[in-house]
Amino acid sequence: MLEFIRQLGRGGISQFAKLGRANLFMLKVLAGFPGLLRRPGLLVAQLWSVGVLSLMIIVVSGLFVGMVLGLQGYNTLVDFGAEESLGVAVALSIVRELGPVVTALLFAGRAGSALAAEIGLMKATEQLSGMEMMAVDPIHRVIAPRFLAGFISMPLLAAIFSAVGIYGGYFVGVALLGVDDGAYWSQMQAKVDLFDDILNGVIKSLVFGWVVTWIAVFEGYDAIPTSEGVSRATTRTVVYAAFAVLGLDFVLTALMFGD
Amino acid sequence: MSDIPERLDTDPLVSIRGLRFSRGGRPIFDGVDLDIPRGKVTAIMGPSGTGKTTLLRLIGGQLEPEAGSVHVDGQEVARLSRGALYALRKRMGMLFQSGALLTDLTVFDNVAFPLREHTDLPEPMIRDLVLMKLQAVGLRGARELMPSELSGGMARRIALARAIALDPMMIMYDEPFTGQDPISMGALVELIRLLNDALGLTSIIVSHDVKETAAISDYIYVISQGKVVGQGTPEALGQTDSAWVRQFMQGLPDGPVPFHYPAPDYAEDLLNHDA
Repeated sequence: MLEFIRQLGRGGISQFAKLGRANLFMLKVLAGFPGLLRRPGLLVAQLWSVGVLSLMIIVVSGLFVGMVLGLQGYNTLVDFGAEESLGVAVALSIVRELGPVVTALLFAGRAGSALAAEIGLMKATEQLSGMEMMAVDPIHRVIAPRFLAGFISMPLLAAIFSAVGIYGGYFVGVALLGVDDGAYWSQMQAKVDLFDDILNGVIKSLVFGWVVTWIAVFEGYDAIPTSEGVSRATTRTVVYAAFAVLGLDFVLTALMFGD
Repeated sequence: MSDIPERLDTDPLVSIRGLRFSRGGRPIFDGVDLDIPRGKVTAIMGPSGTGKTTLLRLIGGQLEPEAGSVHVDGQEVARLSRGALYALRKRMGMLFQSGALLTDLTVFDNVAFPLREHTDLPEPMIRDLVLMKLQAVGLRGARELMPSELSGGMARRIALARAIALDPMMIMYDEPFTGQDPISMGALVELIRLLNDALGLTSIIVSHDVKETAAISDYIYVISQGKVVGQGTPEALGQTDSAWVRQFMQGLPDGPVPFHYPAPDYAEDLLNHDA
């Protein structure tokens, strides 16, 4: 029993220590941003590998999520003769919730795990250490551009996911199931609010982008420099990012739509 | 340590006094004193796990000593500000055991990396400098290759070209000979000595490859269990009185470091079926 309490305490302390390290790490990353202004090429290269290379999974997933929403929404609404509200149902579900959340989860799986593995491997193969010895700060040179690229890419990917998802719902609802074309768009236009719905969705995706990328780059940087350590860091990135996204989504939703 | 020979005491490049350092509660260094003379090749040898690489990281300021001091070119490394430490590191080269080449850059870009990070030289001049450094290690023709296409020996030679890119005052070699075939090994041995003398460098080699290291070193320190247990020129160490140093230098399987891990009596152990 005593041993259990001791282990609990040890685990708690090590988690708090890690949280502290993660915050100090974040401050150093932020300090690296001014340097990126002088060397935009570093950021552009990462925007490509973090953002553009994630496009395919985001577009395909967005399309299918929208199509499923269109089908499920139609089947529910048609019983009440309200199938013309399909556009609103699809748009609100995607813009408010599924867009930011599913994009963040996919982003954690595609880009987050890649970032953690890449940075962890650079650490394991002494590349980060080598940079330090060449008087180049690896946090400024390697981490800062990757973090900023993730933070910028995530809301853009979420926006693309939402747009494609709405077209997915349109394809199933209007083209296949015969919902009225004009009703789909006009009801959406009337009921989806720029600030309440779209802006809140964008805020969510910004927060998720920050948190997912932070977890990914920190886990990579903090990984034990062995192959096992890197694989654990990659797994932890996806697991922690998923928890963080779903937990924060509830908090943000409560704050935004709670009243 | 009072018995450091006089010739080493005259303004050494690296001077370590009373160094103590431990990791995970296990002492790695416990009162180490040593001097690295300018312009020479100094080897630090010892069995695996004696913290030789740690010593290089202490010299490079990546780790801080718990007690004692590490001075490089008159500056105490642990007390330097970040800016001053980075300025000092630009004058140090380090060759990691793995080479530590940046895997997403070509050989050319790897060697150009420190030049591009720290200088505003125009690209044609960087090209000339990189080609000169690559020529020095014999790999000018490999400039377009990626690190994954290089053999272990080539990767280390490229890393060496990168380490001398900024014309440092010293180079630290971390186990440069481990896992090399005889030809690569010969090339590296030759290069380390040649570069040291041609460029007027100071070289520190951390290694447990006795033969190769002794062949090119001017002075050798032998470290074991956190202390300097022997030092001298390779010739002097070859005729040392210390049984331990003799066992290490000659690679004898048995001696002060026993072949057998401590165990109960062999015959008793075999007959004792209850245990």
